[in-house]
Amino acid sequence: MAIEDKLSTIRYAVDAEPHIRLNTDICETCQDKTCLYICPVQNYTLAEDKLVFSWQGCVECGACRIACTAGAIEWAYPRGGFGVCWRYG
Amino acid sequence: MPEKFDVVVVGAGPAGCTAAIVLARAGMKVAIFERGDQPGAKNMFGGALYYTEALNELLPDFWEQAPIERYVTRHVLTFLTPDASFSIASADNDFGSPPYNGVTLLRAKFDPWYAGKAEESGAFLVPATVVDDLIWDGDKVAGVMAQRAEGEVLADVVIAADGANSLLAKKAGLRKEFDTSSFAVAAKEVLALPAETIEARFGLSEGEGLAQSFVGDCTKGLTGGAFLYTNKSSLSLGMVVRLSSLQEKQISIAELLDDFKNNPCIKPAIKDAILKEYSGHLIPEAGMNMMPQLYGNGLLVAGDAAGFLVSTGLTLQGMNFAIASGYAAAQAVIKARQKGDYSRKGLSYYKSLLEESFVLEDLKTFRHAPRFQDNPRIYGLYPSLLCGISKRIFQVNGQPRKKILHLVREEMKGKTSLWRLATDIIQAGRALIWP
Repeated sequence: MAIEDKLSTIRYAVDAEPHIRLNTDICETCQDKTCLYICPVQNYTLAEDKLVFSWQGCVECGACRIACTAGAIEWAYPRGGFGVCWRYG
Repeated sequence: MPEKFDVVVVGAGPAGCTAAIVLARAGMKVAIFERGDQPGAKNMFGGALYYTEALNELLPDFWEQAPIERYVTRHVLTFLTPDASFSIASADNDFGSPPYNGVTLLRAKFDPWYAGKAEESGAFLVPATVVDDLIWDGDKVAGVMAQRAEGEVLADVVIAADGANSLLAKKAGLRKEFDTSSFAVAAKEVLALPAETIEARFGLSEGEGLAQSFVGDCTKGLTGGAFLYTNKSSLSLGMVVRLSSLQEKQISIAELLDDFKNNPCIKPAIKDAILKEYSGHLIPEAGMNMMPQLYGNGLLVAGDAAGFLVSTGLTLQGMNFAIASGYAAAQAVIKARQKGDYSRKGLSYYKSLLEESFVLEDLKTFRHAPRFQDNPRIYGLYPSLLCGISKRIFQVNGQPRKKILHLVREEMKGKTSLWRLATDIIQAGRALIWP
């Protein structure tokens, strides 16, 4: 099943502003790009060699915060009430 | 003037709510801050809550009123190869009567119910509010900064029950920054099936449940495992994989879980089930090796935030540790109030309580388990040996039969040596088996 179909089962209250920001200058020099593999919802993707993060689908687990040792990720929780809202959990 | 509470609890999960219930009942003025629009909105786990004395003491016969799914009477451990499986199964009817040994549940239902109990006890719940930082008075925590107008909230003591990432414990300097070998990520699917189908498929009576863990091909050799829990009319099927392992092998857990669903051992079990929700979460896995300082001046750390979780391969337990640690944190605060001393020294009773309870005992008992789980042969060689041996035992092909030890030797030939097997058994024994 494509990740988009999995994501469509998750309820989100999407904020207008991203809660996680990337410093893509650092990403460009990063060899590992661990974020591509450790994100359980595959929110980190490459578009024409540029790293893109879609905060709308983030489940706020924090895996990328721990894995990105290059310091490219400015990580915060979404504002209160925004972000993922598990219906089952 | 900023608002002032006796205690501010950050996080309305099982650790935070337990602490809040105990403290509110002791007559203290307690606020619980929760970043989700309601408790449980951000919380996800595998599936089972194991018996916790503290919970039963606070809410006697809690299973009568709590939104539980099924009581677990069956535990299965399955070793997997791409086309075979070998299982150890236990069924015990005693587990089917109160006090239940384990119950399956869904956090988006259970957590709001439990937080409701904290509110009924007199705690003040503040949902949809992120706590950004601590307020300090010299070297003592004096409250929290919440993301809202009039965000300053003062307290004699703060309980950080803010989950696996615990940014508060980190800000307080109680916890260092961890690397990918200390955490695992979990992915789970809630798959709807009629209750009768679940009971027929897994051989369960009405109300009974199954907790199954899988080791081997499900993670394609990566450090971790898969799980299956039965809810009333859904299955919780998921996987836990260590971050460092995903990083090294450059595989995504979403894809591993998809492949696992096609394994012949699991495919018929989930046939015609409808995906209701895909979810993901972080799991603190390093046990004793990642434990923060559990308390500081005016601050206590409980639950996942303190890394209180034990994974033995047979069961994955965290919620009972969260509840027991929240309970201990509250007891320590009550004692500190009697002495009028919320300093690090005044709160040190927390550690003694945890040491007396199963929380630190279990973490100590299984302290070698995280290292043992790094052994790649657990996920490839041994499942294949077990499946190969059992195949040879059950296979009837016209050839003369041989005794088991002979079959074991044949199966091992060219795959591993007796010496390697012996050292691995010793490592497994140290981690999980002998005292």
